[in-house]
Amino acid sequence: MKKTFKLIDLDCANCAAKMETGIKKLEGVKDASVSFITQKMTVEADDAQFDAVMKKVVKLCRKIEPDCEIVL
Amino acid sequence: MTRRQKKTLLRIITAGALLAAALILRHVLSLPWWAELLMFLVPYLVIGYDVLLKAVRNIAHGQVFDENFLMGLATVGAFAVREYPEAAAVMLFYQIGELFQSVAVGRSRRSIAALMDIRPDHANVIRGGEEFEVSPEEVDIGEEILVRVGERIPLDGVIESGSTSLDTSALTGESAPRDTAEGENVLSGTVNLGGVIRVRTTGVYKDSTVAKVLELVERSSERKARSENFITRFARWYTPAVVAAAVLTALIPPLFFHASWSEWIHRALIFLVVSCPCALVISVPLTFFCGMGGASRRGILIKGSNYMEALSKLGTVVFDKTGTLTEGSFSVSGIHANAMSEAELLDVAALAESYSNHPIAESIVRAHGGHIDASRVESVTELAGLGISAVIDDETVHAGNAKLMESIGVSPVCEHGCLDAHCGTCVHIARGNKYCGHILISDTVKSTSESAIAELKKSGIRTVMLTGDTAAVGESVGRALGLDDIHSGLMPEDKVRLVESMLEARDGKSTLAFVGDGINDAPVLTRADIGIAMGALGSDAAIEAADVVLTDDDPLKAAAAHRISKRTMRIVRENIVFALAVKLAVLILGALGIADMWIAVFADVGVAVIAILNAMRAMKK
Repeated sequence: MKKTFKLIDLDCANCAAKMETGIKKLEGVKDASVSFITQKMTVEADDAQFDAVMKKVVKLCRKIEPDCEIVL
Repeated sequence: MTRRQKKTLLRIITAGALLAAALILRHVLSLPWWAELLMFLVPYLVIGYDVLLKAVRNIAHGQVFDENFLMGLATVGAFAVREYPEAAAVMLFYQIGELFQSVAVGRSRRSIAALMDIRPDHANVIRGGEEFEVSPEEVDIGEEILVRVGERIPLDGVIESGSTSLDTSALTGESAPRDTAEGENVLSGTVNLGGVIRVRTTGVYKDSTVAKVLELVERSSERKARSENFITRFARWYTPAVVAAAVLTALIPPLFFHASWSEWIHRALIFLVVSCPCALVISVPLTFFCGMGGASRRGILIKGSNYMEALSKLGTVVFDKTGTLTEGSFSVSGIHANAMSEAELLDVAALAESYSNHPIAESIVRAHGGHIDASRVESVTELAGLGISAVIDDETVHAGNAKLMESIGVSPVCEHGCLDAHCGTCVHIARGNKYCGHILISDTVKSTSESAIAELKKSGIRTVMLTGDTAAVGESVGRALGLDDIHSGLMPEDKVRLVESMLEARDGKSTLAFVGDGINDAPVLTRADIGIAMGALGSDAAIEAADVVLTDDDPLKAAAAHRISKRTMRIVRENIVFALAVKLAVLILGALGIADMWIAVFADVGVAVIAILNAMRAMKK
């Protein structure tokens, strides 16, 4: 499944790039992209694991850019 | 400005005033060092407390190469070597730069959003005779919707009643309004300019034209160009490398060459300030995004920045003929009858062709215009690649090409010189074994085809035309348009083979694009480096197969796509070279002790702002 999420207060382009690299490395993530310009994140993962994967994604993003909020 | 930006602005003004006051005080009074430190710490903390907080928080998370941490370290370091005014000022300028950057990015994001503002916000659906305002997603297939003047058509459909003119510019970039009447199709995303119309929907919102266009545009940032990936990779080692260089600068000269610690630490801090690759990381994707936004405004939807990059390196453009360079709609351009009147010949031909749905047959039936009495026709047989045989008024009639005439032993005659192969398609008609004459069918060349080819050739691009038509027709159209290479008489699989051999024969750097209508050339579209489908909004298969989708069928847009991509790539290169050159220069000057932290801040945020402004040029026409 592939889902797109809105990001609020994603302020730094470099952080977006770091998030993308980080999310791609997470277990269960098939593909991911974080766009600083559209302030959107796309995550592709297996349906069954999706919620678990998203928890990890949120945790990771909070670590990289604590001000940025993911609209789930 | 957002609330956050306004708050930052307020802090900048306060800190600026405090810093100015501190500078004046230091000038007029001579204070002990701790008083000076305190005086400059006030504006520093006002402007930089959030940066410091984030730095502490991020270092706790193990984010060593974080922008905030580096900026915090650089300014705290400046305090440590007793450069108080510089420390406060650098933080102030950093925040000013960040604010500019955030405003500029916000502005470009909004202007692109405005360009792409084609999403209909509501639909007026008629249910049980009453009108309800609902969101377009809630309307079912086959429902009736009302579209008032000035409203955006929310779903694809057919006009039930009323006629109007539509502004299709949001989809096609074409500014002239298009007249539409009852029974005609309307596309979602267009704006109703004329009168109230009632539309019967032919699909749900998810499958509508506007939803497809939006999805295409939104997903385009997922496919990255080589230069974008280069920047991401570069950013990953740039920051650690610069920080490492800073550490070496701070340690080596004092340790091994007895240089002054404070002097070299100061120089090392300059490195930290320029160590964020932000200018590049923002501006390169932003340039692509602006370029694709500007292109989509003109009805050129590019599926990813990798295709933008490929388009800029075009070496060969291969065009399909029918429907791409020509209208693809056939019309009767002449009737040459032998031994019967022209009307009678057309009548016989129309009767014979009335069962066929071949475009040529349809054009003959259209030219006939009148009532066709199907009871006069019996046992119709379509002879693939030849034509039709039918029994009309108890007599066998053959209608088809010269090969068909040959097979039944009839030789065509013409007083107008039509048999010298240069006048397009002929449909010969024989009744029994007697030749009756022929009907000339031609396909009109699009009005913009010639200028599209000319523009591509001017940029040094080889143009090739492929067609399934006979050599005579192909050559005459191709020569008239000025194509470099013409291949005729091709079956669909021949087209794939030809494009493949061209792909092998070209040199490594230039790319090959195929332009087709996407209906029966999907295999070629996928095979070419860049598949360009025109007028493809109606066809899912074409949208899927193509890399670039032209919303209408104007071949000039293929040339425009190349022009836009070249311009975008130039801006990308400008930004990369500019940002790297300034940073490198500051690093060298900083190491030599010529540049100070002020210049370093400019190299960091100032360059980012300039690069963002430059990126926005890609959006303009």
